[in-house]
Amino acid sequence: MMMVAEERAPGRRDIEDLLPWHAAGTLNHRDAVRVEEALARDPDLAHHFEVVREELAATINLNETLGAPSARAMEKLFTAIDAEPPRARSVGSAFTQQIIDFFSRLTPRTVAWAAAAAALAIVVQAGMLANVYLGQGNSFEVAGVQQAQRGALGEASRADALIRFAPQASADDVTRFLESYKATVVDGPMQGGVYRLRIVNMSKDDLNRIIAQMQENRAVVGFIGTAQ
Amino acid sequence: MIGSKGRASQATGFAPNSSLNLTAASRNQSMSRPLTATQSTPDEVLIERIAGGDRLAMQVLFARHHVRVYRFVLRLVRKPEVAEDLISEVFLDVWRQADRFEGRSAVTTWLLAIARFKALSALRRRPDEELDEDTAAAIEDPSDTPEVAIEKKDKGNVLRQCLDCLSPEHREIIDLVYYHEKSVEEAAEIVGIPANTVKTRMFYARKKLGELLKERGIERGWP
Repeated sequence: MMMVAEERAPGRRDIEDLLPWHAAGTLNHRDAVRVEEALARDPDLAHHFEVVREELAATINLNETLGAPSARAMEKLFTAIDAEPPRARSVGSAFTQQIIDFFSRLTPRTVAWAAAAAALAIVVQAGMLANVYLGQGNSFEVAGVQQAQRGALGEASRADALIRFAPQASADDVTRFLESYKATVVDGPMQGGVYRLRIVNMSKDDLNRIIAQMQENRAVVGFIGTAQ
Repeated sequence: MIGSKGRASQATGFAPNSSLNLTAASRNQSMSRPLTATQSTPDEVLIERIAGGDRLAMQVLFARHHVRVYRFVLRLVRKPEVAEDLISEVFLDVWRQADRFEGRSAVTTWLLAIARFKALSALRRRPDEELDEDTAAAIEDPSDTPEVAIEKKDKGNVLRQCLDCLSPEHREIIDLVYYHEKSVEEAAEIVGIPANTVKTRMFYARKKLGELLKERGIERGWP
């Protein structure tokens, strides 16, 4: 009969295999829909499903008549648990539990006020940051004054040079060169492939000496001179 | 439908395993309440608390699941006193291993997997007894009294008798699917076989059931 049924409806065995789970209500939605559609169009399958439902009912009935364990099982369990060595809770889980316990003690109204206060604090903070940012971006005069002040203070401690790298110098060569002198490129490329180089913590005399050294590195330096 | 999870759970007092569908809100809500057996604290939350050494959470979990676990074990070992001892061991394992539960499967699936392992270990310790009982269960009693004979006309009764005569392997899969409401994948995890094998085993268990019924004069039209 199975073979006949399968010849009649290819894939029917797949559906038949799912009937027990469909009866128990444990199929996923997609399979449940497939089975329902097959049941609606196939009376033989619908009869088979009734057989499955009888089995299901009998199995539940049989298991429900098995009774329950006596209180001895629970007593035995908790005697064994009491005899267990005390467990060390991990720091992480204890901390998490403390946080959960803390929030669980708060009333919903308290939590709502706390959330509102936190939201307000975030808005105020965002506003302050935006003000600082926009203030810097738009006030050219202020920035210029600040730069002039920085220049006066820091003139003695840093020096600039103009450099044109040798055409054959690779990026790695240039990087190593800059690192060896603790120099950074602060501007460029300008006309003629010239860059402004800054070396910190250096007087003008020292800069002249360093520039002379740099000039000797022909593999990297095409031209170098002090900047105004 | 007979087998919808919620309905069966209500009928048996077995808490529905709704944990997989928990929203964060409902989970947090359950965490914030004091723990009592009358509230439906998700199993996963109980396990978390058990991992932290919460004895009350252990009591709630035990109260919620011990009857079903007992019945599952009893159907395998067939001796009530052995089944009782085994469920104590199952829940003691839960107490010891709760911090290793990763939540990849439902707590009930984990419980039944532990229970199955314990039951099979117990059966291995007394293989002769089990063999005798299985053989005895499969042998038809020819000396039925008239009352028994009348009773056997009741299809439901005969069906239950035949279910009891199945091999442990077939009993197990039928119980897991019909009574413990396990999906193909969950049954596969508990028994430790591929999902397709679960379907095949269920097919042959039902086929055997049909043959046993046929021997007792009940023709179902399948297989």
